[in-house]
Amino acid sequence: MAQVELKQVRKTYPNGAEAIFGVDMHIDSGELIVFVGPSGCGKSTLLRMVAGLESVTSGEILIGDKVINNVSPSERDVAMVFQNYALYPHMSVRGNMSYGLKNRKMPADEIERRITDAARMLKIDQFLDRQPNQLSGGQRQRVAMGRAIVRNPQVFLFDEPLSNLDAKLRVQMRIEIKKLQRRMNVTSIYVTHDQTEAMTLADRLAVINEGRVEQMGVPMELYANPRTLFVASFIGAPQINLIPVRFDGTSLTNGTLKLAGFSDLPTGVDLMLGIRPDVLSIAPEGQLELNVDLVEQHGGENLIYGALLGTKNAAGDAQEICLKGPQSLLPATDDKLRLAFDPAAAFVFRTDTGERLK
Amino acid sequence: MKRVQFEHSAIPYLFIAPQIIIISIFFLWPSAQAIYQSFLLEDAFGLSSQFVWFKNYTDTIFSNAWLQAAGFTLIFSSLVTFLSLALALLLAVKANEVIHGASTYKTLLMWAYAIAPPVAGLMGNLMFNPIIGDLYNFMNLFGFDFDHKLDPVDAGFVVVLISVWKQVSINFIFFLAGLQGIPKSVQEAAKMDCNSSTRRFWTITFPLLAPTTFFLMVINITYAFFETFGIIDTTTQGAPGGATNTLVYKVYQDGFRGADIGGSSAQSVVLMILVLALTVIQFRYIEKKVHY
Repeated sequence: MAQVELKQVRKTYPNGAEAIFGVDMHIDSGELIVFVGPSGCGKSTLLRMVAGLESVTSGEILIGDKVINNVSPSERDVAMVFQNYALYPHMSVRGNMSYGLKNRKMPADEIERRITDAARMLKIDQFLDRQPNQLSGGQRQRVAMGRAIVRNPQVFLFDEPLSNLDAKLRVQMRIEIKKLQRRMNVTSIYVTHDQTEAMTLADRLAVINEGRVEQMGVPMELYANPRTLFVASFIGAPQINLIPVRFDGTSLTNGTLKLAGFSDLPTGVDLMLGIRPDVLSIAPEGQLELNVDLVEQHGGENLIYGALLGTKNAAGDAQEICLKGPQSLLPATDDKLRLAFDPAAAFVFRTDTGERLK
Repeated sequence: MKRVQFEHSAIPYLFIAPQIIIISIFFLWPSAQAIYQSFLLEDAFGLSSQFVWFKNYTDTIFSNAWLQAAGFTLIFSSLVTFLSLALALLLAVKANEVIHGASTYKTLLMWAYAIAPPVAGLMGNLMFNPIIGDLYNFMNLFGFDFDHKLDPVDAGFVVVLISVWKQVSINFIFFLAGLQGIPKSVQEAAKMDCNSSTRRFWTITFPLLAPTTFFLMVINITYAFFETFGIIDTTTQGAPGGATNTLVYKVYQDGFRGADIGGSSAQSVVLMILVLALTVIQFRYIEKKVHY
């Protein structure tokens, strides 16, 4: 178990493309950190730099208290689980798991003991002599995990390990990864673009956007208190409702919509009002009026999508918003609903910088 | 269980007819002729012939010249196959690591592929010419006393060198394609599991290239057996004293130079059986060790 420290880590590719702009991060021993962000944001690059598969342009990466910038991947004492499993196709499951240990000159009985333990833990003991191409996707994923576990590394690295699995298996494996990580108490970095996966797995999560860490913290902190427009829109499902507004000194306006209860905001700049779908509630005297377009029934709850009457977005249409309601709330298309929200539970962002003002 | 049978017309047979006709004219018929003639003894002018059973076979196969050619073919084919595969693999691995100007390297390495074996032979002939040959002079510069017109080993060296040079480029193309077909993530996983790049090559890369290597081995053995005819014909022509006669070249020499049609046919039938046996061995035993 070791802590991981990133100090002003940067990555610039030889062709001049910049991928990571100075990341500082401290990961405690035994913590599970999730890097989350849209594709191309640099989260995988950052992980691969920790793994040693990408060079570090400047800055330092420490595992324990050793700088590992110039240590080869196999000597960093990290193990990685790849997105497409990356099993050695010509070796049996046992061969895949023992390969890294044999190369480290570990005694055969110790290798055997570790493989047996890991296989039992992952429920792959009956597949040990099969070839990877005789296994299903979920089983291959377990073998890939087993290959990482037998190494007994200081740090686990997961590069979108569940994205090739079907939805049900993904949820199941997600829970297992979390349990395993708890039990083994190994420092882990997990990369994903799926915010649900990020929210449910992470001890702390780092939202990465265009090569920068936008915000890092425990999942609920990021949900309840996003620092930027990007974090607010990335975290939370269904997505936060964003309504373009301006401040006229007393209230937020858009078209004929006027929302009181806001103060200390700049006038004359484009703002974005963010309201989580679960903050909205049905109220006859509510500030907002919704023209219902569509109801999605999710079983326990319904999501109601509609146009916010009186507003205009950048495209000139009424702004679409979403409301989370109980199972019993089933309005018909084009019904009008009055909605209320607590201004204290809403966020206001500057549109140009994305900075949160309230 | 009864299998479903569909009514079918003659059209499928029509479609495969061209291939069948080509095989019949250029393989089946000549083979039948060779087998037939291998039982005949003909006079030098081809005016009369008599049926001699297996005399042609016993005469040729137990002759020293045939055994010598068979021995040379074995050594020659093994050397050409092994060296051209090994060199091509080395070049492909190195070219695969090149980042800057990769396509230039690759193009340069593939060029020799466009050269026909007889042309390669002619070029080799010029380079080993005792008067103007650069390679001939180069070899003698170090006091090797090199002369492929007189020394059997030197002559063998020349034909092996030219044959390998000619074949490396095509092997290179296939190996390079094979290397690029190995998933990047598998190589990265190996990087995290194994520190030594040499060991990584032999435990991960080479086994994953096995299908390519097996295919190339079959192709190269065939090349060394048959296609090197053009190279030998334009360089040593079997000299000195039949030391660089391959089995194929000897068939040609005995049949067309020596006018011994019966003996030559018997040799080609034996050759056919040998190649057949070799192919069976390759697919039976070696292919089993290949993971696709």
